[in-house]
Amino acid sequence: MSSISVAMTVNGTRVSESVPARTLLVQLLREQLGLTGTHVGCDTSQCGACNVLVNGRAVKSCTMLAAQADGAEVLTIEGLESDGQLHPMQAAFKEHHALQCGFCTPGMVITAIDLVANDANPGEATIRKYLEGNFCRCTGYHNIVKAIAAGAEAMRS
Amino acid sequence: MYDFTYHRPATIADAAAAFKACAEAQFLSGGQTLLPIMKQRLAKPANLIDLAGIAALRGASVDGQTVVIGATTPHADVAGAAEVRSTIPALAALAECIGDPQVRNRGTIAGSIANSDPSADYPAALLGLGATVRTDRREIAADDFFTGLFETALEEGEIITAVSFPVPKKAGYAKFPNPASRYAIVGVMAVETAAGVRIAVTGARPCVFRATSFEAALGASLSSAAALPAFPADGLNQDIHASAEYRAHLVGVMTKRAIAAAT
Repeated sequence: MSSISVAMTVNGTRVSESVPARTLLVQLLREQLGLTGTHVGCDTSQCGACNVLVNGRAVKSCTMLAAQADGAEVLTIEGLESDGQLHPMQAAFKEHHALQCGFCTPGMVITAIDLVANDANPGEATIRKYLEGNFCRCTGYHNIVKAIAAGAEAMRS
Repeated sequence: MYDFTYHRPATIADAAAAFKACAEAQFLSGGQTLLPIMKQRLAKPANLIDLAGIAALRGASVDGQTVVIGATTPHADVAGAAEVRSTIPALAALAECIGDPQVRNRGTIAGSIANSDPSADYPAALLGLGATVRTDRREIAADDFFTGLFETALEEGEIITAVSFPVPKKAGYAKFPNPASRYAIVGVMAVETAAGVRIAVTGARPCVFRATSFEAALGASLSSAAALPAFPADGLNQDIHASAEYRAHLVGVMTKRAIAAAT
């Protein structure tokens, strides 16, 4: 089996690992680094449970090789809080009860932060369109949309 | 997915040399199609040559009346590039409706066109706008590039470096997406140039094509008042999502919507 060395920054910490070339980014995060907040839902780049930020942009980590993230800055759900305080978007999801089972939530929060980076004040239609790549099978999305609007407002202030 | 050896060349020449030196090699761009089919074990390249490390292949620019999109430019960058939005807004709009935001952050123009998926969006942009595919060996007109179902004019080991689009008088894109995959059940790029109109259709046949009967009916300009002939269902794709007859109907509807959207 052909192995490669990859080095990247994950949640602010430099990591260097030797992995098989076919290792997916999500496998590196979950299985090598123990960051199991990033979930594998469909494993076919549809559901968005595995979304993480790579160099500030949301990607499906089940459809990216760890090798392709070599040298990148990766941010997962575990890297969002600071000093024990939830990220404003996480706090908004909690406040608005934007989750039921919670499986899709890490990917939703990552997508929401990516959206706000592109559009600081997204309207409801924009939020709903930007959630095209994230599936929730519990909530019906209404509270997720409310939470993202509130989280965006909190991130502006 | 099956095991492979990963290569990350820094130049186009190194990428070409790596391909020549390796057995069963395949180029990797954003990986939004290739990685899923490798995970399904439908493809098993022994050597994967990642083009993402080649800075010269990435970025969008305008040179006079030509918009040039580097091979590994992600869809999100094309959709967001001010120089694309101001010169060919239909191209930016098309890029913005591919897949979902995460796919657009990774998927690239060259990856899309090299695959020649019958339902992909970009082939309609290239054929409609009369683009030119630049490779490390030559330039290929879009009319000659897409040759069939998952088939292109690319030779073994040939590397797409960029796609150049002449700025049209006006253009519009409309698609009827598959609600799950976001691929086009039918997508139409309607373009008016100094030389006449071009109507390119994706999703309806095994390969992107020009609706020449519509072009003849429209003549020199994209007029929403023009009467379009019925589009024949013969030879059109049919699957669980849409019959050939339904797709034929959609070709007409999407053409009218593309003309209405054209700017």
